[in-house]
Amino acid sequence: MLYFSKLRILFITLFSVLFILIASSNLFKFDDNFFNKKINLGLDLQGGSYLLLEIDNEPVIEQKLQNLTTTIRNYFKEKNIKINNIKIENQNIFFNVTNNDKQSVLEVFQDENSDLNPYYPRFKSHQLEIEDTGLNFKVNFSRQGLIKLKTSSQDQAIEIVRRRVDEVGTNEPNILKRGNNRILVELPGLDDPTRIKSLLGQTANLTFRFVTNDENDRFGVEKLKFENGLEEATVSKRIIISGENLLDAQPKMDTQANQTIVSFTLDRVGAKRFGKATSTGIGKQLAIVLDGKIISAPVVRDTIASGSGQISGGFTFQTATDLSLLLRSGALPAPLEIIEERTVGPDLGQDSINAGMIALAIGFTLVIIFMFVKYKIFGLITNVTLIVNLFILLGVLTLFEATLTLPGIAGIILTVGMAVDANVLIFERIKEELKDETNNILAFDGGYTKSRTAILDANITTLLAAIILFFMGSGPVKGFAVTLGVGIFTTLFSVYFIARLFTSIYVSRNKNKEKLI
Amino acid sequence: MIAFNKYYNHFNLLSSLLIVVSLLLLIFKGLNFGIDFKGGTLIELRASDSKINVSSLRDRFNQMNLGDVSVKKFGNDTDFLVKFENKDNKKNIIDEIKANLDKSFGNNYDFRRVENVGPKVSAELLKSGVIAISLSLALMLIYIWIRFEWQFSLGAILALFHDVIVTLGVFSLFSLEINLSIIAAVLTIVGYSMNDTVVIFDRVRENLRKYSDIKIFELTNISINETLSRTIITSATTLLALLAIYFFGGEILKGFSLAMILGVVFGTYSSIYIANTVLVRLRVSQKTVLREDEKK
Repeated sequence: MLYFSKLRILFITLFSVLFILIASSNLFKFDDNFFNKKINLGLDLQGGSYLLLEIDNEPVIEQKLQNLTTTIRNYFKEKNIKINNIKIENQNIFFNVTNNDKQSVLEVFQDENSDLNPYYPRFKSHQLEIEDTGLNFKVNFSRQGLIKLKTSSQDQAIEIVRRRVDEVGTNEPNILKRGNNRILVELPGLDDPTRIKSLLGQTANLTFRFVTNDENDRFGVEKLKFENGLEEATVSKRIIISGENLLDAQPKMDTQANQTIVSFTLDRVGAKRFGKATSTGIGKQLAIVLDGKIISAPVVRDTIASGSGQISGGFTFQTATDLSLLLRSGALPAPLEIIEERTVGPDLGQDSINAGMIALAIGFTLVIIFMFVKYKIFGLITNVTLIVNLFILLGVLTLFEATLTLPGIAGIILTVGMAVDANVLIFERIKEELKDETNNILAFDGGYTKSRTAILDANITTLLAAIILFFMGSGPVKGFAVTLGVGIFTTLFSVYFIARLFTSIYVSRNKNKEKLI
Repeated sequence: MIAFNKYYNHFNLLSSLLIVVSLLLLIFKGLNFGIDFKGGTLIELRASDSKINVSSLRDRFNQMNLGDVSVKKFGNDTDFLVKFENKDNKKNIIDEIKANLDKSFGNNYDFRRVENVGPKVSAELLKSGVIAISLSLALMLIYIWIRFEWQFSLGAILALFHDVIVTLGVFSLFSLEINLSIIAAVLTIVGYSMNDTVVIFDRVRENLRKYSDIKIFELTNISINETLSRTIITSATTLLALLAIYFFGGEILKGFSLAMILGVVFGTYSSIYIANTVLVRLRVSQKTVLREDEKK
């Protein structure tokens, strides 16, 4: 156990130096890309906002079912199968058929290559489930159908969220999927997330629809409130143009009326439709509806064929800016709810870093003094090893660009406290060996060999705890699991290679010394 | 040699008592869950005006209909921690609070930290915390069951349960807050306690193989003494590190380091006085180990 080949010594030295260099790249700037890595600071240390958003898919399901009833009706109409009483109740579609058609309807839904009920060839499960209750059919989304629906609305939503966050222009935002209906937004350096929260809290579904008094409108009508919540108007459900038709939207100052407006540009389709609607609808009121509320309902005075227009509605410059931003980034497929928020101000983050560093320095010093007093020369070896261990730990964290959190710093300090354990186990064992063994080298050899199982056991148990914590823990706590877990490996390396190397050098030079330890 | 075994019975009695009291506390008094597990809103506020104190803040917040509000000093005299239920999960609650505080205190305060955990998330966090602790206990059980004979496993697991239950009992007794970092601490305690027990058990087993004529009652005592200086040194350095975190690591890590300190103390104690006494009570002998050796 005490013999080291020259090659091995070289390897250990190189390895340690490499990691010390990598670790120090946090302090200095290297030109080399390989060394120019940094440990990321968690939001609790650098300050910032963490928002967890949940997509409310209910309206999407409702809408999809609505569309499906039309599709089903048309599909069977073409096949000359009569579908009666089709309706939606509690997120199920119900309809009746005659006895003769029952079998053919079932076949359509259960056919593996059904074009009405897809997914089977790919997922071995249909999009829709059909339940036969006599002459009544009940159709709803299958598990696979729901998953597909949720992931697709998540895909759309994350895109919109990204655009909105980017528009606000925060520092390196981190936007990730969580499960199939959540989105995690991390905004480093942002200490007041109020604006982002309000931007993400709006669906931004914009439609232009005519105000009508005709109760028998072909498309149906609905009563909508104005933004101020006081007035009401009856609006046709026919959508002239929607947010999808917008190419651009910008806040502007209307110097004539002396008010802030949002001016917009339409795409080709939108421009055409807008032009047509404004030419036929002169004198009518055109309601501009955002998320079910009327922003304003100006009277059409002229045909607008240019494909651009403006929205006024008593905006301040800030609200006009935000509305343009929302319109530019597009509508969310479904409303988002902020279900978790954690915001740390930058000065608290800095305080945490300082406190963590002071605690590390003090903890480290205490442990070093203790070990030196207790073991003298071997304490010194342990201490040098401990320092190298700390650097290697930081080096590994740097190499993987891990995120350091406040609990993560606690994990490093704890590693310092527990890292000496392995060396202590070895030294104590050597002491015992020396009671019966006069040959120093044999005693040291025995000490290393016989303490191995205990050291391995002890570290595996801690590692198991760290692994569970890594997979089950969230946010800052994960950082603790990382430093604790990585710390175990670096400790084992430094104890078995670095400390053992020093010990072997010392012991071989003092072979015949009495009371060696 | 210290005669640890002289007090096996006394300390077993004490431990049983501790566990019973802790369980009673946990059942009847319960744990003081923070917003991570209960849901609600937390604000860490720093004041730059002496007019702002616990009672004036409490008055202000109580007027805002936020449900149950708690206001506490947090470390310094100028730092406060405000927690409330936020039952209706109002969206712009922070803005409302700021506007309201501005009226009384002007610009002389600063929100340093705001956390808002919805009911769904807190329920999930609690669930995953419970799963994490159960899973770690189960994994330890499996590990020790593979490595040692069943008598040893039982001893180690009892020691582990003791440490976790009594640590939580102390948290219940003093109404200390249970949050995400406490779960991390409990998991680390599980690892540490196991670590400590395993080192002594390793020695017990080694000695069992060596001496056929020493009774387990004596043998555990010999093993404890042989590993004693390691136990003391490792606990000491770990405690030194933890004390450094407790006193200098800032207010946020206080609960975490306290839980760890308790865990290390209980863990060290239980390795000696619970794990080993189980071996004695189960009359483990050289045969137990040799039988197992033959199987391998």
